[in-house]
Amino acid sequence: MIEFRLDSTSGVSPYLQLVHQVRQALRLGMLEEGDQLPTVKEVVARLAINPNTVLKAYRELEHEGLASARPGVGTFITRTLSDASLAAHGPLRREMSRWLVKARQAGLDDESIEALFRDTFRSASAEDVA
Amino acid sequence: MSVAVTTDGLGKRYGRRRWALSDCSLEVPSGHVVGLVGPNGAGKTTLLNLAVGLLSATTGTISVLGGNPSDRPEQLARVGFVAQDTPTYSHLSVADHLHLGARLNPGWDAHWAAKRIAETGVDPTQKAGQLSGGQRAQLALTLALAKRPELLLLDEPVAGLDPLARREFLQTLMIAVADDGVTVVLSSHLVADLERVSDYLIVLAAAHVELAGEVEHLLATHRRLVGPRRDSVSLPGDCRVIDASHTDRQTTLLVRTDTPIHDPAWIVEDIDLEDLVLAYMGQTSNVERNRRSGLRVQP
Repeated sequence: MIEFRLDSTSGVSPYLQLVHQVRQALRLGMLEEGDQLPTVKEVVARLAINPNTVLKAYRELEHEGLASARPGVGTFITRTLSDASLAAHGPLRREMSRWLVKARQAGLDDESIEALFRDTFRSASAEDVA
Repeated sequence: MSVAVTTDGLGKRYGRRRWALSDCSLEVPSGHVVGLVGPNGAGKTTLLNLAVGLLSATTGTISVLGGNPSDRPEQLARVGFVAQDTPTYSHLSVADHLHLGARLNPGWDAHWAAKRIAETGVDPTQKAGQLSGGQRAQLALTLALAKRPELLLLDEPVAGLDPLARREFLQTLMIAVADDGVTVVLSSHLVADLERVSDYLIVLAAAHVELAGEVEHLLATHRRLVGPRRDSVSLPGDCRVIDASHTDRQTTLLVRTDTPIHDPAWIVEDIDLEDLVLAYMGQTSNVERNRRSGLRVQP
């Protein structure tokens, strides 16, 4: 069974941390279809967090089709994250390498490249939300 | 949405002049764990004492679970309260405390209380005065929860505890919330704790309510903007500047806004609960400072 943890310095909201940890465990094969997630009370007792936070994380996982709740029993994983996007990684990586070469030719150092990426990533996500 | 506590224009004056709480209007929704924060002397303890009927209001009204706080014993039975420094009777044993609790509270759950004490590993024959801070806090919390309250008010219960005792206290509290759905109002200076346990936030400063709302909504509607120094700032219409600071080249703002900020001159950052609390706690003094520094914020 997965054991949740919380990083209070990450700046990521607690419920999202739980969601990310389930997704990561699925990708790494530590969780599989049919596995039960800890009950809300178990998570609350372990992490001393608000039960609504756990409920919200589980609802999000249900919404994503990764888990489903069986009333009175618990929440179970319904799907494995066998990474269907894996095939796309190669071409994307090659494209990004080409972009990196261009960025260096333009005189950007590692830190500037990271800052630019993070900034672009953030504004792109912000636009998605908006 | 049902409401656990409603205050309207609530004020409390001590002596002739000192208003510990003034013009306080807020609603505490049921089913939440409410973090109550603010500097020392902001009125947190006064607000909690008004809610349990230990104090009576100078102005305005307060309604707790639909009733007058100090009305009848039935009303008091529905509200649990742990006062500052988790007071207990130091000459009485732990078992004596449980007997007292059983005698004084109609809805007392003796089975649960005994089980809880056993879980904490405290010897029931021990005098409360000999308990460690953490054990005493657990005893006070057990007494407050064993009466099966609908609303639990806690005044800085973890302030004097070591990190382990604090964690254990909050675990007990959160399990009670998961089991019974009890509404909790918890005053604390430890924002990192509140970040874990509370989903609703009230910031008091200088006897006033500065901010109240669901944590998630508050975090989603506040942003930090960092950009080149500018004395006159033009921001979208619904944008309110909570905090502003300047160096000779740079301006940093903390704003409340419902719309995304697209102005490329700003680096827009998310904030965490601590940023939020600090910004609102310091707001009164900032207004003054900005006036002096000549910052004008165009609406």
